[in-house]
Amino acid sequence: MKLVLNEELQFLKDTASNFAKDKAPVSHLRKLRDEDHPNSWDEDLWNEMVELGWTSILIPEKYGGSEFGLAGISVVLQELGKTLVPSPLFATGVLGVTSINQMGSESQKEELLVKILEGKLTTALAIDEGSHHEPANTELTAEKNNDGWVLNGEKVFVIDGSSADLLIVIARTSGNKGDAQGLSAFIVDPNSKGINRRKVPTADSRNYANISFEGVAISAEEILGEIDGASDQIQKVLDFGRIAMSAEMLGNTEEAFAITLNYLKERKQFGVLIGSFQALQHRAAKMFCEIELTKSAVIAAMHAADENSNELERLSSLAKFQAGTTLHTVSNESIQMHGGIGVTDEYDIGFYLKRARVAEQIFGSSTYHKARYADISGY
Amino acid sequence: MSNLENFRAEVSEWLEENCPPSMKTPMVEDEVVWGGRNAVYKNPESKIWLDKMGEKGWTAPALPKEYGGGGLNSNEIKILNSELFKIGARPALNSFGIWMLAPVIIEYGNEAQKMEHIPKILKGEIRWCQGYSEPGSGSDLASLSTKAEDMGDHYLVNGQKVWTSYADQADWIFALVRTGPKEPKHSGISFLLIDMADPGVTTKPITLISGKSPFCETFFDNVKVPKENLIGEENQGWTIAKKLLQHERNFISNFGLAAGGGDGSKTKGIVGLAKTYLGEENGKIADLDFRSRVTEHKMKEHSFGLTLQRAGDEGGKASAASSIFKYYGTEHNKNRYELMIEAMGNKGFIWDGDEAESKEKAITRAWLRTKANSIEGGTSEVQLNVIAKRVLDLPA
Repeated sequence: MKLVLNEELQFLKDTASNFAKDKAPVSHLRKLRDEDHPNSWDEDLWNEMVELGWTSILIPEKYGGSEFGLAGISVVLQELGKTLVPSPLFATGVLGVTSINQMGSESQKEELLVKILEGKLTTALAIDEGSHHEPANTELTAEKNNDGWVLNGEKVFVIDGSSADLLIVIARTSGNKGDAQGLSAFIVDPNSKGINRRKVPTADSRNYANISFEGVAISAEEILGEIDGASDQIQKVLDFGRIAMSAEMLGNTEEAFAITLNYLKERKQFGVLIGSFQALQHRAAKMFCEIELTKSAVIAAMHAADENSNELERLSSLAKFQAGTTLHTVSNESIQMHGGIGVTDEYDIGFYLKRARVAEQIFGSSTYHKARYADISGY
Repeated sequence: MSNLENFRAEVSEWLEENCPPSMKTPMVEDEVVWGGRNAVYKNPESKIWLDKMGEKGWTAPALPKEYGGGGLNSNEIKILNSELFKIGARPALNSFGIWMLAPVIIEYGNEAQKMEHIPKILKGEIRWCQGYSEPGSGSDLASLSTKAEDMGDHYLVNGQKVWTSYADQADWIFALVRTGPKEPKHSGISFLLIDMADPGVTTKPITLISGKSPFCETFFDNVKVPKENLIGEENQGWTIAKKLLQHERNFISNFGLAAGGGDGSKTKGIVGLAKTYLGEENGKIADLDFRSRVTEHKMKEHSFGLTLQRAGDEGGKASAASSIFKYYGTEHNKNRYELMIEAMGNKGFIWDGDEAESKEKAITRAWLRTKANSIEGGTSEVQLNVIAKRVLDLPA
């Protein structure tokens, strides 16, 4: 495994970089926030992403996809992360595609993957139920009822949960809260009877929903994979999500750092550029080292995913931890080094801080992944 | 079979025939081989191993064959290293000559200098030390004042160096000297090779906080050095000095990676020590706060190792990036030893005697030795300056 990008990946990355700069600078997110956009993402922009083929990146060639792998979609998300572009690409292009591809039947794949590829379907993965990510704590139940199943429970912080056309719901079909096993996945129409979706306004101005399920009836065709079979499969979906999210966070970090470095090179106090102060230079240099480490962890993790490496879980936790801790530091330091202007809404840097903290929690905080890494490593 | 598979088979067969049995056992501290005229081989097999490897050029597999190197490409080197690792072979030779000097002689030396010095370095016949720092020139190295006066066919060298590693055991020294007293400080320095057997060279070991003396003061009193020992142009030594420092930093940054064997297995690293001295519950380090800090340390190490690998994959040569590795690797290594002695509790302070195993006492001494990691070869603060100015382009 070479820790570099091949030409194909570099091309995807460059395309995404130009797209983010030209079509969706941070002012795009600001506008959606200011007009309190119902979806928190822009349909026209999303259609352009679909046109560019980004929904097809993780889809196998067999279903018409380009099969550029997790590395492909990760470098795209890294570039979109630089200008904090909100879109369904993560929830649909990574989580939706991977869930269906990993767990779905042949007919489900043929139907759903093609729809996603064409931009006709967006998805949301409904997994977390508490304030902290922990799949084993799933309590939402699916109980057998005649020919089908009935869902009861509550999901929170579902990414794109209020806009998605289809929900992928992780439910408990056996065992108790705290058991890693006993989980199943269902594909659920969000307009089904008994579903109540509430969009949750969050600091990062993106789309999340809390969703309650009261006696929601599901047909047998809407099971994704085997009953009780989702526990292990979902970890792979989550690991793909964690790595892609780490790449997006790396993009956030790189840009927040670049903006801050520019500021250090133009802001004068005491008659000199503040970037000449050693107190700031050393902190900037330390952040640079952490960013270099993060890049390496993210690249190693995304290649491991595409090569089916047995190191996937460990590298996924490493990438999420490294991306989380680095972004945490860089987002805080970026504000501090900007001084007063850094805490104004008018200036963009605050958007990076607000996105940072939310992203850090998605599919496990740095603390969560430190513990997971320790368990896997036998510490 | 591909060429590389053939090569692997050849290496494996050669090692089978030539690596003496005791050289496949873990290194013992007083059997480390540094070579040189005065070397004493406590274990005679270590001399056999050095000669065999030197003959093959495998003490420096990447260097050209014509100068006694292995002439191997990067894929072959990976194979050689993995085969050596597989049998647990000891390093045949530790050498500042290989790590630092040989690459700059290849780059800046003339043909005669290459033929004269490099083969002797690679065979371990001549042991080198580094004459850079002076009592008045530490971080501000370019202010150095050891002078070399032009006497026609030779230089007359007078002055003092400090922190010369193992100068009391070395045969030759590569030194920075001032040849242009009137030039601006960076433009009056030359890179000179000096035979320490020459009259007027004396050394005096410095005892460190670890109780050991890996460094010396080195004095030059009217030492005559032939002009053919000048590497590169007169007064252009600073360029060479910086290049050599990058090689040194790259080498020191490897301290950031734990030695082979892995933690908790043979080489009782932090995890093994923690489980031994802080206890183990269900296979986990029992002290959860310590477990968390060890894990963070190991994760940083993992990312750091991947970064070294990425730099290699990107075809990275010695550059300003070496400052990143030097800074991170040494700070990380200091942290590793802090964690190790913390894990050992009061066992971590035993200085001498039989109340601790020699391996444990070695950790105590090594802990103190690591404090110099972030000072030697340019302090951490100097590395951060280099990153800020040369990589991030921040204003002076």
